[in-house]
Amino acid sequence: MEWFDNGWGLSLVVFLPLVGALALLAVPKKDEETAKWLALFTAIASLFFGVVAAFRFDYGDAGALQLGTKLSWIPSIGSDYEIGLDGISLPMLVLSAAIVVLAIVYSWDHWPEPHNPKGFLILILFLATGMAGTFVAQDLVLFFIFFELVLLPMYFMIGIWGDKSKVKLPGFNREVETRLYASIKFFLFTLFGSAFMLLGFLALGLKADTFSIPELADLGASGAFTGTFAFLVFGALFLGFAVKVPMWPLHTWLPDAHTAAPTVGSVLLAAILLKLGSYGFIRIAIPILPDEAKSWAPAIAILAVIAIIYGSLACLAQTDMKRLIAFSSVGHMGFVMLGIATLTPVGITAAVIGMVAHGVITGMLFFLAGSMQHRYHTREMARLGGNLKLMPILGGMLGFTAMASLGLPGLAGFWGEFMALLGSYQPLEGLSLGVFRTSMVIGAIGTVLTAGYLLWMLQKVNLGEPKAEWDDHEFHDVDKYEMAAWVPLLIAIVAIGVFPKIVTGAANDAVQVLMDKAFF
Amino acid sequence: MFDYHALAPDFIVAGTVLAVLGADLFLPAGRKWLSAVVGILGLTLALIPIATLAAGDEGVRAMLDGSYVIDDFALVLKVFFILTGYIVLLMSVAYIEEDRYYQGEYYFLLLASLLGGMVMASSRDLVTLFVGLELVSGPAFLLAGWRKADSRSNEAALKFFVIGVLSAAILVYGMSLVYGMTGSLTFEGIRAASASVAEEPVFVLGILLVLVGFGFKISAVPFHFWAPDTYEGAPTPVTAYLSVGSKAAGFVGVLLVTYVAFGGAPDIWGPTLWILAALSMVVGNLIALRQENIVRLLAYSSIAHAGFMLVPFAAAGLVEGASLNQAFEATVSYVLIYGIMNLGAFAVVIAAARRTGSGQIRDWAGLGSYAPGISILLTLFLFSLAGIPPLAGWYAKFVMFLAVLQDANGWTIVLAAIAAVNAVIALYYYARVVQSVWMDAPPEHINPEPEPTGVSPSLGLAFGMLAVAVVVVGVFPELIAQFAKAASLIAGG
Repeated sequence: MEWFDNGWGLSLVVFLPLVGALALLAVPKKDEETAKWLALFTAIASLFFGVVAAFRFDYGDAGALQLGTKLSWIPSIGSDYEIGLDGISLPMLVLSAAIVVLAIVYSWDHWPEPHNPKGFLILILFLATGMAGTFVAQDLVLFFIFFELVLLPMYFMIGIWGDKSKVKLPGFNREVETRLYASIKFFLFTLFGSAFMLLGFLALGLKADTFSIPELADLGASGAFTGTFAFLVFGALFLGFAVKVPMWPLHTWLPDAHTAAPTVGSVLLAAILLKLGSYGFIRIAIPILPDEAKSWAPAIAILAVIAIIYGSLACLAQTDMKRLIAFSSVGHMGFVMLGIATLTPVGITAAVIGMVAHGVITGMLFFLAGSMQHRYHTREMARLGGNLKLMPILGGMLGFTAMASLGLPGLAGFWGEFMALLGSYQPLEGLSLGVFRTSMVIGAIGTVLTAGYLLWMLQKVNLGEPKAEWDDHEFHDVDKYEMAAWVPLLIAIVAIGVFPKIVTGAANDAVQVLMDKAFF
Repeated sequence: MFDYHALAPDFIVAGTVLAVLGADLFLPAGRKWLSAVVGILGLTLALIPIATLAAGDEGVRAMLDGSYVIDDFALVLKVFFILTGYIVLLMSVAYIEEDRYYQGEYYFLLLASLLGGMVMASSRDLVTLFVGLELVSGPAFLLAGWRKADSRSNEAALKFFVIGVLSAAILVYGMSLVYGMTGSLTFEGIRAASASVAEEPVFVLGILLVLVGFGFKISAVPFHFWAPDTYEGAPTPVTAYLSVGSKAAGFVGVLLVTYVAFGGAPDIWGPTLWILAALSMVVGNLIALRQENIVRLLAYSSIAHAGFMLVPFAAAGLVEGASLNQAFEATVSYVLIYGIMNLGAFAVVIAAARRTGSGQIRDWAGLGSYAPGISILLTLFLFSLAGIPPLAGWYAKFVMFLAVLQDANGWTIVLAAIAAVNAVIALYYYARVVQSVWMDAPPEHINPEPEPTGVSPSLGLAFGMLAVAVVVVGVFPELIAQFAKAASLIAGG
């Protein structure tokens, strides 16, 4: 297995989907079965190697980069193909590989219009490579490439397979289709952020004469980056990552993109793509610029609590079920960012487990919302109702997942919120206690609001009597593909809730090492 | 006195130019395309001495008192012009044949213009540079008006000609002032003498006029207004050539005069080019947003790209003691990569316009549903132009930003921020084409059945090779970077 530990294993996890996508190009468009099996096979192979990586991983030394390699890539600019895995990236890598497999399984029989499974699967596999690559990249340029690689597939996924209803935009006379508006908005927002992020990366690389993230983190810990330079660089990185998270007030692309995307697109967006931003804070911004992180932390905390409250209140104003779940992401990512802002091991571990939990839970919610839309042909909560009577299994799953989302102890959603609040009671020494304890209190109010809107949604959608318009409808409950895609997620929700060590076992030590290096 | 080994590439191409013209006399009417084959063979032959020159380790070969030089920069650019020639020939064959105008002379003029670019790459004095530039432009005027029955093609040629002559006059006037002040025509001589005259207003005026002259050639704002009309009216393969070959020739000129000849006076050209770069990016991109015609859109995008290519100059000129090498390398990388992706975009535009019978973006709606191959390639090239990884364009933008930020001061950071915002604006109009192609429903008058003739093999070969290049260079940019690095050694900094 030596070859596996020398970087080949991780490279396989990252690039197998890409190979699958290229192979798919050669499959004739009509031969859908071959396309589906090929895509599923490569995604499972990628997940398999991801799981092997989790077993080969040395948990006793989770803070160190493992299973990686460093090969010369672009010597002209001093950038290398440097990859590696530590306790923070490991859970994210496995999560992303797993969600891709489930997305393909779910798609098996649920192709959004205009059909074309071949094209859809190619995009999913491209996304898989981009997401996995971002989590293993240990070189800023490589990270940037993978970070951007997800843009195109998601743009096409929303733009081609997205919501075809018309919207009227303020200030424009013509109506446009939601998918067109949402896809370009997503693309422009993210590219805007990442253009500045790239400037930040370049400034760091030029100053330190290396693009290697571990080397930059060593330099950062020894105080190599200070003054106006560090301030500007952190600002640039902040812009890039904050758009992706998204943090309030840069979040406006999110509800549109999530709502317009096809089900699988929303799932991948919510479960993985958003995490690229918060992961960037943990992996790059904080370790490399610890002093700037300290001075920006209160601002991040304030924005995070605004996101929590704003997201929750916005949820209460929604009539569209999918849009409600989209706004709930804003709130949940607010907790993740609050955890990160504390700059304590507790807070950042909270962020990591919050990221995984949000990925699993909100991914599941989007699956459910998509399947309901598929059956009811509407997302309007006013027209839904009594879902539990019409489709008991699906309704039950929705109830369960919503409970997990609102942070019920014993389920996955609890740990991230709870630990983030715990962390902000006692943030890193030198940070303003006033700001963080106020944030904690407001955040705690946010958890109540979160419970409020999710219960409100359940009440409207799941409970009560079915509306008269559905009387003549025959609803079939969860089918076997949906079962196959959802049961693993439900198991994960319980497993992480009862036994959070699945995530923290690796992440805890890695976060500790990271923090010790940066701040002590 | 003459080093025939070093001159062999230029001689072979010159011979090819004549052979093509001669061959035209003897070829029967249906076989005029064989001229193109002669051209391609000749260009291939010219690559052989370039390879032996590059493999040899004799360093710089200078002739005519250093006026004509073979060094790494010259070799890299010669190869670039030859490859551009290849692609444009491949693009032209079917297009020109269908057009039913003269064919033999077309190839003759195209190759003659290329030869001009190759001469410029070797020139190290003002006169040789000017002769080379005129050899690039003269045939290009005729090529732009090739469709002589088409009034828009006539307009294109006339505008191009008038502006071309005007810019040549300005350029020569500027050169004469520089010569008058420094007493030297060679770049080295000017550089050596410039320290003593750097404060003289006449010398400053000379430099500014030279830059304005080249500003027309590279279509930088505010000297760009001829470009969209000319690009739209000219036959599309010629437009592809103008936007890549002719523009690259202009950049060869700017690179040589600024870094080598005026290397001692960066405080004059630095701020000037800062303004040109910022204006070109902003104006080019903003006007591109409003374009309905794909060729006009690409014309404005090429203006904006000229702005991006000028950014490293401004950075190098504005920062005291900045490394000129890095900036030089960045612009050369950008020009090489831009050449690949812009030629690719035009090649696909020819195919798509032929398929849809229109150059209006609106008429291309739904192209993806009935011509997926063309649409995928179009998407590839447009997003590469937008700089989206992992397509080649990202590296061009990357080294451009790298050059700006490496010795940053306030001015260069502002320019970097302008460039970053413009990169986002540019995405919008490229994405709009992609959106029309993939996401909109086809208009009713389009016949979705596949055409019996399809894409001509030569055109297919052209964009096939370019598509591979765009992806491979995007993933392994070192392929381009090493050439740019070798070429940058003449900047001396």
